[in-house]
Amino acid sequence: MKIFAHYFPNAVTMKSEFMQATGETLYMTLITAIIAGIIGMALGIGLIVTQPGGILENRVVYNIIDKIVNLFRSIPFVILLAVIAPVTRLIVGTAIGTTAAIVPLIIGSAPFYARQIQNALAEVNRGVVEAAEAVGSGPIAIIFRVYLKEGLADIIRSSVLTIISLIDLTAMAGAIGGGGLGNLAINVGYSRFENDVTFLAMLIILVIVFAIQLCGDLLARHVDHSA
Amino acid sequence: MSKDAIIQLKDVDVTFHNKGQTVEAVKDVSLDVERGDIYGVVGYSGAGKSTLVRVINRLQQPTAGQVTVNGQNILTLNGKKLRQARTKIGMIFQHFNLMNARTIADNVDYPLKGSKLSRTERKEKVARLLDLVGLSEKANDYPAQLSGGQKQRVAIARALANDPEILISDEATSALDPKTTSAILELLKQLNKDLGLTVVLITHEMDAVKEICNKVAVMENGKIIERGDLLTIFSQPKEKLTRDFINTATQIDQALEKIYKQVGDLGLDDHHRLIQLKYVGASTDAPLITELFKRYQVVSNILYGNVEILQDTPLGNLVVVMAGEPDQLDRAWQYCRDAGIQVAQLDPHDSEVA
Repeated sequence: MKIFAHYFPNAVTMKSEFMQATGETLYMTLITAIIAGIIGMALGIGLIVTQPGGILENRVVYNIIDKIVNLFRSIPFVILLAVIAPVTRLIVGTAIGTTAAIVPLIIGSAPFYARQIQNALAEVNRGVVEAAEAVGSGPIAIIFRVYLKEGLADIIRSSVLTIISLIDLTAMAGAIGGGGLGNLAINVGYSRFENDVTFLAMLIILVIVFAIQLCGDLLARHVDHSA
Repeated sequence: MSKDAIIQLKDVDVTFHNKGQTVEAVKDVSLDVERGDIYGVVGYSGAGKSTLVRVINRLQQPTAGQVTVNGQNILTLNGKKLRQARTKIGMIFQHFNLMNARTIADNVDYPLKGSKLSRTERKEKVARLLDLVGLSEKANDYPAQLSGGQKQRVAIARALANDPEILISDEATSALDPKTTSAILELLKQLNKDLGLTVVLITHEMDAVKEICNKVAVMENGKIIERGDLLTIFSQPKEKLTRDFINTATQIDQALEKIYKQVGDLGLDDHHRLIQLKYVGASTDAPLITELFKRYQVVSNILYGNVEILQDTPLGNLVVVMAGEPDQLDRAWQYCRDAGIQVAQLDPHDSEVA
């Protein structure tokens, strides 16, 4: 503890701030992951089934989803934060704070996740889908019992990737008033020249990222029977 | 049109439009498959075989034509009815198309998930199906742990889960080695016999057709160019492509190529003729050759011989050099003809095979 106090002279006095910031980061990440996960999953599945040659091929729907996803993927997140502030205020009541940060986080990460899901499901062998069609499976059965089941390992890997990039986004959202470790690192550590605070915030984020990566890898390996 | 046809395709066209290009994959094809048939559809890749059979369970929507399966007009069925009809048409594929994330038992159980059977009934059925294809002990393995032949057995069990009356085999043995191919074909034959399963078998290997089919259709460029029962097609092929396929299966092509290479050593002249004899059924080679010698003092030197047993009927192929007096050779020739043997004089300078 003495060594810790030596290298982190400011951080050591900010235990409760760090606890709170870590909690906020996890809170933003978790809520966003759930909501953006559902939206992104739906969009990704929509892209796969309506794409040319898909089981519910539909050029119009495919193009609409495709363009929306591209549009939101193109907006830099920092700008997105500012642009949708009025929408955030409408939904949450305020544009500042942890909960308010969740709105842009969802809009920023759901399209990314949709693409990840699309890529993961595109790996599912078309022949297997055809075999399912040949035994009389309908579209719903094929989505849940073939695409999501066969693509599960890749879905887990994509989800890990998305969650990690989401943590990145929470840090950015934090910097402009969303709270969390990003806020602590920039608005306290950086602004007050308390480098040890910035450094510790980074270390905590690294630990979270590595933990998620590890869990994801183990889980993916557990469900992957393809080799 | 036969009354007992379980599958009737009538004037079926399938046309693909892709980036301004129009491809007619299937052109005006009519095909009747009778209950209990093992119907082979042979052709090179790109001939339209796979597209044609996919019309049977409407995995491929035809551009024009009529498709009747089991008395049901497949083309007028809506979503749910079509899916129900599909449960009665099993299908197996070249690359097996098993689900890697499911165990063998779960793969076989997959088609039953929508059925009314209870969990225990399904379990029993899966066990029965795996027993049928000889893979009971692999129930809890995953497809990645199985060999190609075993995977195809699983695929067959899955295809049979809903007790179909028809099984479509799309190049199902093309990715397998010869020994495994035979075993899978044997299994199909047994299923045909034991369950009365009607099989439509697509392949580019005449060998597979030869082993189990009772009828054959030969496809080229989206059309069926020749069709008939196996023995007729093998003994009297009319189209060049059909002959090519048969010659590949009997390997007579290779034999002739070798013979032609050493044609100088054969000393062909008026007294020595290179002749191909083909016969179906009853007669066997030995008596014929002795007979030719006894009657006409014609000596036959056998260069190549092959007997195929097609549906319990032998189909023989002999390449011989007949030596003797020219007039006697002519008589011997006539004698063979009268005995119902197809005779053809081979010209080593013409690579075309009869």
